[in-house]
Amino acid sequence: MLEFIKQPWPWYVAGPLIGLTVPALLILGNKSFGISSSLRHICAACIPSNIPFFKYDWKREIWNLFFVFGIFLGGAIAINFLANPNPMVINPKLVAELAKYGMTNYHNLVPEDIMNWSSLFTLKGILIMVGGGFLVGFGTRYAGGCTSGHAIMGLSTLQWPSLVATICFMVGGFAMANLILPYILSL
Amino acid sequence: MQKNIDFEVSSLDKIGVKESGLAPQWYHYLKYTIVGLLFGVIFVKAEVVSWFRIQEMFRLQSFHMYGIIGSAIAVGMISVWLIKRFDIRTIDGEKIVFYPKQFNKGQVYGGLLFGFGWAITGACPGPLFAQIGTGATVIVVTLLSAIAGTWVYGKLRDKLPH
Repeated sequence: MLEFIKQPWPWYVAGPLIGLTVPALLILGNKSFGISSSLRHICAACIPSNIPFFKYDWKREIWNLFFVFGIFLGGAIAINFLANPNPMVINPKLVAELAKYGMTNYHNLVPEDIMNWSSLFTLKGILIMVGGGFLVGFGTRYAGGCTSGHAIMGLSTLQWPSLVATICFMVGGFAMANLILPYILSL
Repeated sequence: MQKNIDFEVSSLDKIGVKESGLAPQWYHYLKYTIVGLLFGVIFVKAEVVSWFRIQEMFRLQSFHMYGIIGSAIAVGMISVWLIKRFDIRTIDGEKIVFYPKQFNKGQVYGGLLFGFGWAITGACPGPLFAQIGTGATVIVVTLLSAIAGTWVYGKLRDKLPH
């Protein structure tokens, strides 16, 4: 049984389970699924700096921080007790492309070749980890949500602005991955 | 004072704490930690938090992520429909409320910027927390940078087109 669980889970198992988060949060406490708001609550709690956008009672949204703490714990449990013993199976085309940039390590979910503490002191590392992270935080809040708040919760409730946002997420992702990221990875 | 155009912070639109009365204690929130924990396990086991899977998605080299996001939306949609159709209540007996999102240009500009960041980091905000959990401690830097990005957005918000 444990061996079975340790294999990578297929999309038709994981996707529906992720979808069930929507009714779970609604029924447990009338909460709308959305993860990027946690970043805003952290700002409101730690560095509000008298900015109106962060002047609200974040304690009333604290459920969201308990939720993301759970995601962190879940990651730790899955990797320590349920980890797949085999290397990840990646499309050979991607493997060939990444080899050109000297990326050959597939032992972790995060590519260790480009995301590690020492690469933080290189231009490539700064662009990927600091620059990329900044875009994630700035973009999600500007858009009013991320993959969970817009793509899953927004589309589940049939909101067309969320469809616009989701299409823009994908357009931005395709443009970056195919047109710009190759230059960053070549640095 | 600008009207609230961020639709995720539900209490900004609400008055009163909880319809059922007493202010919740910290341990009342542990149920969300448990949901998050299960969610984090799924994230890792289905490799949703893998940078490589995100790269495959944006290169049309794998159906995996499309299947996950698509089936998650389908299940979410059916669930929301059932909740509305049968007027399903919360475990405290409250009526379940949905917040309509209004269109603004931020969904386009912000959406594109987030898309760029998603393809670079291989993670949306949720997976960042799970990646740190898997022991990729350097992702703390990415998370702090995302928090900084959110803060800068808050700071510049009135000057940005919406």
